[in-house]
Amino acid sequence: MTQQVNDNIVDKSIKRVHKLEAKGVKVFYDDFEAIKGIDMQIKANKVTAFIGPSGCGKSTFLRLFNRMNDYVDGFRMEGEILIDGENIYKKKVNVEQLRKQVGMVFQKPNPFPKSIYENVAYGLKIQGIKDKKYLKEKVEDSLKQVALWDEVKDDLNKSAMALSGGQQQRLCIARTLAVEPSIILMDEPTSALDPLSTAKIEELIYELKQKYTIVIVTHNMQQAGRISDYTAFFYLGELIEYDKSKKLFTNPEKQQTENYITGRFG
Amino acid sequence: MRKFKEVFIEKSLLTSALITILITLGIILVLSLEAVNFFREVPIIDFLTDTQWTPLFTDKHFGIMPLLSGTLLTSFIAIAFAVPVGLSISIYISEYAPRSFRKSIKPALELLAAVPTVVYGFFALTVVTPFLQSFIPGLSGFNSLSAGLVMGIMIIPFVSSLSEDALHAVPNSLREAAYGMGSTKLQNSFRVLVPAASSGIIVSIILAISRAIGETMIVAIAAGQQPRLTMDPTVPVETITAYIVQVSLGDVEHGSLEYRTIFAAGITLFIFTFLLNTFSYKIRKKFREKYE
Repeated sequence: MTQQVNDNIVDKSIKRVHKLEAKGVKVFYDDFEAIKGIDMQIKANKVTAFIGPSGCGKSTFLRLFNRMNDYVDGFRMEGEILIDGENIYKKKVNVEQLRKQVGMVFQKPNPFPKSIYENVAYGLKIQGIKDKKYLKEKVEDSLKQVALWDEVKDDLNKSAMALSGGQQQRLCIARTLAVEPSIILMDEPTSALDPLSTAKIEELIYELKQKYTIVIVTHNMQQAGRISDYTAFFYLGELIEYDKSKKLFTNPEKQQTENYITGRFG
Repeated sequence: MRKFKEVFIEKSLLTSALITILITLGIILVLSLEAVNFFREVPIIDFLTDTQWTPLFTDKHFGIMPLLSGTLLTSFIAIAFAVPVGLSISIYISEYAPRSFRKSIKPALELLAAVPTVVYGFFALTVVTPFLQSFIPGLSGFNSLSAGLVMGIMIIPFVSSLSEDALHAVPNSLREAAYGMGSTKLQNSFRVLVPAASSGIIVSIILAISRAIGETMIVAIAAGQQPRLTMDPTVPVETITAYIVQVSLGDVEHGSLEYRTIFAAGITLFIFTFLLNTFSYKIRKKFREKYE
């Protein structure tokens, strides 16, 4: 189905505004159709939230943008995903390179069982960067961006596993920032965290959008309302409604959206 | 009636558990008693420092070192072969192989451990040694190289299967993290998964070493029976296990000093495998704590 998006989301005169674009995207897991044809455009330097009940395909859809579904058994896709106008599912695309441009933060904090320093430096090291001074600066810089530096600057060689859940998640964000992506995908990044850590991450997301395009999947509608500029509501593999968050949460066009955000199902 | 049945079952289970422990203790006791008798006649310092082991000759020497060197040499060759191969196999199965292939290859590999070791022994003696002789001139008919290599083949599944389990047990979230950062499969395997699974991998290697040190038939058949203090893999050697077989099957009088040598050799072997097993148990315990 084609989603007609109103006012300034579709703005064909300025091409760069659309960082990400999905064209007629369908996803199958073996015979199961998880995404049933979605067209969507996502703006640069904005926070776009995906909401919807479990199993609606929002996570699957998110993971298309860095090709994380490629490893899932039986995964098959139709249509195109464009980043800056380039189809990332073309044969020639270097997937590793793509993922350096499109960072990802996961539901459960998943630091490597290495030191804090090694975690943040990992992405740079696998690119073959060995310059110690540069790595150090980059690690410090990334940790400062997520406001974790002051908490860990004396313990950089300690295991990341010893940090609290909220710290681990901020470390994972720092790890992603270190490789300087332009897009950050977040798959329910606060669902495993306490309210205080959640608040910190939300604050962080708000700051990060100056430099990055952020797409976030969340189960928490208050969160979507608080942090996102745009919100997309998914249901049963379809994009039901996509609008400015303010509009979608106060005055949704579709009955299904209203039912969901008012808590009548999901 | 029902309660009686419960009690009966409980007690019989307890008895089976106790029997196993008692048998182990019994073995240790017999080994120790006979070894103590042996050390009454042979000073322990000679046993540890003498460089010759000739208990069956008229000029008797009781130095364990030649047997120990034979054991360590063959085990070292086996491990040096089995660890790289086994680890590569485990990484391939866990990270690269399609799931359907993984299901069939694992039991197939474990079959390697099910081949009777006497078959391996003859394989080493009649196939591997002649093959190696074709490009290593001067390789003797019995040698530690071919015995060690074949023993290595036998213990591959110990390394590959347990390492694969350890790699497979690494939470998927770490794989996703590594791929999400732009790692290639190779970088993911070696920089993230192998370090994350390192304790399990180390345990698999220790168990493989322990198995290699205790292995008997292959070395008895293919490595020769000449106790010799050497690190040269091309000449015949004798391992502790092979010596025990030799004496047990020979016509040495029971209760004699020569007879008791096998207990002294046996307890040396036991100490080695016991230490290795304890070590691996400790690592495994630490490993469990880490992921809970």
